[in-house]
Amino acid sequence: MSAAHARRTAADFVSASRIAALMVKEMIQMRRDRLTFAMIIGVPILQLVLFGYAINMDPKRLPTLVVAADNGPVVRTVLAGMQASGYFDVRVGLATEREVEAAMAAGTVTYAITFPPGFERDFVRGDRPQLLVEADATDPAATSNALGALQPILESAFRPELVGPLAARAPSALPVDLVVQRRYNPEGITSHNIVPGLLGTILTMTTILMTALALTRERERGTLENLMAMPATPLEIMIGKVVPYIGLGFVQVAVILVCARLLFAVPMAGSFPLLLAATLLFIAANVTLGYTFSTVARTQMQAMQMTFFWFLPSILLSGFMFPFRGMPVWAQWVGEVFPLTHYLRIVRAIMLKGSGLADLAPQIWPLAAFWLAVGTLALLRYRRTLD
Amino acid sequence: MSDETVVAIKGLTKRFGEKTVVDAVDLEVRRGEIVGFLGPNGSGKTTTIRMICGLLRPDAGEGTALGFDIRTQSERIKREVGYMTQRFSFYEDLTIRENLDFVARLYALPDRRRAVDATLDRLGLKTRQNQLAGALSGGWKQRLALAASIMHAPKVLLLDEPTAGVDPLARREFWDEIHALAEDGLTVLVSTHYMDEAERCHRIVYIAYGRIVARGTVGEVIAQSGLSTYVVTGREVAAVARAVRGAPGVAQVALFGSALHVVGTDDGLLGAAVDAAAEGRDVTTARGETSLEDVFIRLMDVARADDPSNRPEAAA
Ligand SMILES: Nc1ncnc2c1ncn2[C@@H]1O[C@H](COP(=O)(O)OP(=O)(O)O)[C@@H](O)[C@H]1O
Ligand SMILES: [Mg+2]
Repeated sequence: MSAAHARRTAADFVSASRIAALMVKEMIQMRRDRLTFAMIIGVPILQLVLFGYAINMDPKRLPTLVVAADNGPVVRTVLAGMQASGYFDVRVGLATEREVEAAMAAGTVTYAITFPPGFERDFVRGDRPQLLVEADATDPAATSNALGALQPILESAFRPELVGPLAARAPSALPVDLVVQRRYNPEGITSHNIVPGLLGTILTMTTILMTALALTRERERGTLENLMAMPATPLEIMIGKVVPYIGLGFVQVAVILVCARLLFAVPMAGSFPLLLAATLLFIAANVTLGYTFSTVARTQMQAMQMTFFWFLPSILLSGFMFPFRGMPVWAQWVGEVFPLTHYLRIVRAIMLKGSGLADLAPQIWPLAAFWLAVGTLALLRYRRTLD
Repeated sequence: MSDETVVAIKGLTKRFGEKTVVDAVDLEVRRGEIVGFLGPNGSGKTTTIRMICGLLRPDAGEGTALGFDIRTQSERIKREVGYMTQRFSFYEDLTIRENLDFVARLYALPDRRRAVDATLDRLGLKTRQNQLAGALSGGWKQRLALAASIMHAPKVLLLDEPTAGVDPLARREFWDEIHALAEDGLTVLVSTHYMDEAERCHRIVYIAYGRIVARGTVGEVIAQSGLSTYVVTGREVAAVARAVRGAPGVAQVALFGSALHVVGTDDGLLGAAVDAAAEGRDVTTARGETSLEDVFIRLMDVARADDPSNRPEAAA
């Protein structure tokens, strides 16, 4: 054996030509796979429109139970104002607190408004009586608009009442002490909170799935044997497989961000380049995870199952579905593992709060660490032979 | 052809679980030679070829291909060897040209366009270059696979049942191409179970149940078998066939049209058995040429009897 044979050059490990070969091939295949491509573009739009309009959809005539101890002119004015706004379908009843509780739990009413005993008297006296509004906030998106409308309704309802000696109070605060209780969902996620969340979940689903299928498809079709018989190293194969899907992920990002902007006017408080950089890291971590799945799975079916097993806890424990701080501590610890958890915080922070890199470091390093770990795992798992 | 050994393996063994699929195989292929690798289905041909090009790790034995160790230097071997898999394994959703382009990039061929064009021309694929590989018939797929495996100018070509499911004309053209390549110095190891293809090889190696049971030129293998053959023709061959079957000295009885081939290992016993069966019947008997197929069937029978997993006590 000559020395030249024994010596290895850098080109033995990573060759631009070989990576280009794999990437070009993957992109042609992607382009030919019309159905998948349509899904990649269509799913985010569909989800955004569905979720997005569920948020912005202004639900009207929500069933409202009124508990009024007295039924004087002020109460009647308030109720008339609420009814006129269209948001509330007011059903006056002499309900007890227990009945309110039961109706709320059963979901038959969305709001319960309680005028405490002596409301009328206290109001006239100028004692700012309490007006309790309970809202079923399990679907906060549906209730928040109506709640937002409440304040102006009350203002305009009270203004004509304030004549004579009471008129002096007109410019000041509301003559009642409005107490709003959002039941069941203390965090009260808003629409702008959900669109960034969708960005993360859609990317998680599609990028992991696409790459998880990439290698198993080659195994099932028999093309892997051919690929392995040619001089491509595991690292090159991984890069060649993963990079095109990062590109595909960014196509989705573009679709989602444009929709978020045009349809829902989601603000962009922070740095756009920072958002893109964080997104790159997040997508890279996901496609590498998908690739790791495909080194483990024997069939496309298994790859798909593994993706779903990952996806479910991701959306449940990342803070997308439930408020993160509302979860038990152990679940929070588990949640910290998922890239989606960190990405959601990053996106919300950048888009809504305008946070900078320094603020986000605690979320960025876990993403980077996750990426490195799964990348290493994939290279270790990759079988160089058919054994 | 030269004396330079290109592939040399010794004692190569592969087990899948309990089963020894390739059992101490020795094999040598010299430069410019076309070696036919024959054997029934499941005898270990594909497994052996995969070990030579580094796709499977041998459990025992050693070997070199082009001077590189098959166990430790498979990355080197992959660059100098062309391997055509048994099952078509190029991308069906890529065109012929895109597939070749992919291969050319993977091997980092200089002047990729020219290399692809030259390969397309050489195998007559030019007019179909923009067809999707998945839409091609068996013969064209095989041509594409051959084109892709020779494009990087390998020194050794490993072909695993390249002509399975291909029509006779395409097969003949394929073999003409293989011979042309061998004349240019390419070394070829080709597995097949077509007898006519075996006869187009310089040398054949016969494997059964993971063991090599015969090797040499076609003539040598027939001679080594020690088989004699009688050919019986006439109106009553069917009756003769019934009579000789199972007689002492008779190993195989087969009808080819109206001619009956009776094959045995002991020439004396065989002659006596044939004469006895032909006695008083309207047939003529003559000594015939033993065919390669007769030899292979005999080799398979013997190997089956020798294989431990086929013994009755092993099965029980
Ligand atoms: N990956 C594998 N795992 C288990 N058994 C295998 C594997 N590959 C091949 N075999 C078995 O090894 C034997 C030889 O197979 P193979 O080398 O493909 O034979 P051939 O190519 O001569 O038809 C067969 O019995 C086959 O079932
Ligand atoms: Mg085979």
